[in-house]
Amino acid sequence: MSKPLDILVIDDEKVIADAVVKACSLENYSIDVASNVTTAIEKISKKYYSIIICDIMMPDGDGFQVLNELQAKNNDSALIMMTGYSTVENAVNSLYRGALDFIPKPFTVDELLSSIYRANKYQQIKEKQKQSSRNNRKVELFYVECPTKYYRLGHSSWLFEERDGSVLIGVCDFFLATIDSVTEIEFLAPEDEIAQGISCLTINSRNERIHKIHSPVSGRIIDVNNNLKLISNLIEKDPYFEGWVYRVIPHDLGYEIKNLIPCSSDRMQSRT
Amino acid sequence: MLFKKIGFRLIFAVALTSLIIIGVFAYFNIKSQTSSLISEVERHANQLGETVISSTRFDMMLNQRDRIQQIINSIGTQPQIRDVRIINKIGKIIYSSDSNNINKMVDKRAESCYACHSEDQPLEQISITERTRVFRVFPDSNRILGIITPIYNERSCWQADCHAHPTNQKVLGVLDVSISLAEVDKAIITREWEIVIFAIVAIIAVGLLIAFFVRRWVSNPVQDLLDATQQVSQGNLNYAIKNLGDDEIGKLGSSFNNMTKKLAEARMQLFQSDKMASLGRLAAGVAHEINNPLTGVLTYSSFLLKRTKDNPELQEDLNIIVRETLRSREIVKSLLDFARQSVPKKNNADINEIIEKAISVIEKQLSVKKIKIAKQSENNLPKITVDSNQIQQVFINLFVNASDAIGTNGGTITIVTKQISLSPFGVAQLKKASCPRRHSLIDNNFKIDGLPALRVKVVSNEKEGIIHLDPVYGKHRNDYNTGFKIDKDTKFVCPDCDSSLVQQDKICPRCGAPILTFEISGQGVYEVCSSENSNWEKWDFVDSAGLKEYIEIKISDTGCGIHKDDLPRIFEPFFTTKGQKGTGLGLAVIWGIIDNHHGTINVESEEEKGTTFIIRLPLTHQRQV
Repeated sequence: MSKPLDILVIDDEKVIADAVVKACSLENYSIDVASNVTTAIEKISKKYYSIIICDIMMPDGDGFQVLNELQAKNNDSALIMMTGYSTVENAVNSLYRGALDFIPKPFTVDELLSSIYRANKYQQIKEKQKQSSRNNRKVELFYVECPTKYYRLGHSSWLFEERDGSVLIGVCDFFLATIDSVTEIEFLAPEDEIAQGISCLTINSRNERIHKIHSPVSGRIIDVNNNLKLISNLIEKDPYFEGWVYRVIPHDLGYEIKNLIPCSSDRMQSRT
Repeated sequence: MLFKKIGFRLIFAVALTSLIIIGVFAYFNIKSQTSSLISEVERHANQLGETVISSTRFDMMLNQRDRIQQIINSIGTQPQIRDVRIINKIGKIIYSSDSNNINKMVDKRAESCYACHSEDQPLEQISITERTRVFRVFPDSNRILGIITPIYNERSCWQADCHAHPTNQKVLGVLDVSISLAEVDKAIITREWEIVIFAIVAIIAVGLLIAFFVRRWVSNPVQDLLDATQQVSQGNLNYAIKNLGDDEIGKLGSSFNNMTKKLAEARMQLFQSDKMASLGRLAAGVAHEINNPLTGVLTYSSFLLKRTKDNPELQEDLNIIVRETLRSREIVKSLLDFARQSVPKKNNADINEIIEKAISVIEKQLSVKKIKIAKQSENNLPKITVDSNQIQQVFINLFVNASDAIGTNGGTITIVTKQISLSPFGVAQLKKASCPRRHSLIDNNFKIDGLPALRVKVVSNEKEGIIHLDPVYGKHRNDYNTGFKIDKDTKFVCPDCDSSLVQQDKICPRCGAPILTFEISGQGVYEVCSSENSNWEKWDFVDSAGLKEYIEIKISDTGCGIHKDDLPRIFEPFFTTKGQKGTGLGLAVIWGIIDNHHGTINVESEEEKGTTFIIRLPLTHQRQV
């Protein structure tokens, strides 16, 4: 059903590229390496890679060039950005512009593999969606899109601005669809500060993978949804309403919202 | 050189003025005294003349010439009287106290005769001043005053037996008395000297008095100002003028002090932000460079960990590598977080446990240097919400600093932890404030003492400006620099939507000015008097919370201490006293971490005795909503 999982890793640091190669070999993916943007673009034009893992800052260019190239060629490879903490803002921006995910460097093998796992799932879901829409009049529902008036950071977390100035944040259903069923959620506590693009929630899934969710906004947590702790699969049942995670007082929503995708645009796209 | 001093110039001007005034006064005084003395002598001489005439009258009637001569002689013997003469109509001296002159002719054109004989027909009646003359016989002799008294013809003269004088003659002759002015001149000179001495003494006295006051009120304050400006121009912005008076110079001095203080603050902020910016660039660069090798270590070690699941011994060691690498990752991140003034990752922790961990990290290092650690921790301290990694780093850095300060001769580091309560007034910070329409009024571009201020638009008589309010509750270091006066009719509005911030039906209880009100999301309402000079403000939310609970950690060492000039600078990035060995980042990072935890860090130090760092971390930095 699914295509053979081909991965391209792009990084000028050989040690990192090698590490990614070794990690992927644990899961028997076929992997290719490019050490700069030019070679990467060459390789992409010759071969289809299911997942591309790309460093943001490289001597001869940046990950955005790869992203632009993919979009220009209508290439639906899943792009995972690798970034240092100094470029988290860039990484968040890359999600806005169409990258699937990013992993902050340095990362552990587990972090890398769970990101690849999700990207793989993402590709499978997209594939199934295509097939079902091709074969069927009735479109099968693989995940629930986030409601209008919501904003999302890539496909991982959503944000809803309440009238009192606070925001609710939670996990997108698409993200939940790409992980196996949730076994445990690790929350931050009220009063904790969170920052856009930095992990704010850890979800353990049944296949013992650990998934970190990037926060869509910077701010201070004022409330945590305790129902999530009481009702085991609430987050999967109702990820957008009853399954909210934190209530946050944002620090600078006006600025950060520019990097978030309005969910209303998704609906327009899916209708067309 | 001396004339270039303002004090000397003032003294000179005053002395010159008093010299002129006293001089003129003295001149006229001497002149009037001289003339009154002379006229006194004149009157005296005139009287003498009349006396001589009347005393000789009888003898003249009898034509007893010997007796007349005798009288004149006896009068002439008086010391002041130089000469007494009687001159007849044709100018012959017929009597004289000086016998040599008798029978000599006097020239009518002689000075003594001139008054009457200037015309062809001699005058018969002339005033006393015209009859008087002052002259010197020789240029170097004493002055002499001469007075002529005419002897008029009268009935008894032409009826006398001798019939010496015809009836139609009006004036028979003149009596000429000359009196020496030696005594008078001496008196005049004495008076002159007296006045000159008085004038000199007066001028000197005035000069000294003026010098004293000018020195006290002008020269010294001006010199102080001058010293201060020189100090400031040399870069010492902490210099303040002491002993300010209440006059204009005093006010100038206090506004100078104020100005340098503001300048120092501005420079400090500029310096701080400049350092922060360069630190940020450096940290970002370092983090990026270090991240790659760290990624290698982390991925390979976690990779190994996955591959060696059946080797528990290896797993244990690998776990340590992975754990420590993860810690390095947090450290790199916190460096960046500090540079970006970002947020800590907090969890509940026991501060004493964190201290224990920090001690265990550098225990060996300390025992080599013979440094003892003394702990006095309060038991049952509540758990505190902090980023343990960051706080541990703070303690490690402080311990390393302390051991560097102690050196190799051994010493003690004392750690005291306890719970304290402090009032929120003057401490609590307004981190968000909004207008009724929820526009944020926090201005990140304008900071008061390093904290973003509250921005308020003021509108008055079609003029608009922005004022900034101190975000620290109770400090009131507001900035009202709008360029126009804020009065009763001034409107205070939100800069974004122009909605009024003034609270209706309430005025400042201290000065009656309108009260501005701000909504503090989740923390009630903050009220502050709109007047620049009032310091009334109220934040019920914070006040009602009462005293705030802190955990205080004191870390003292018995090291070399910090020089008091260095004390204000130790938290600046890149400030170091360790020379090449230090980066100057340690305390700056510590400061940033404590600040991010809403805590405070202070230092007390005495040279050669030791240094104490006092850290206060709020137990719950804001009440939960």
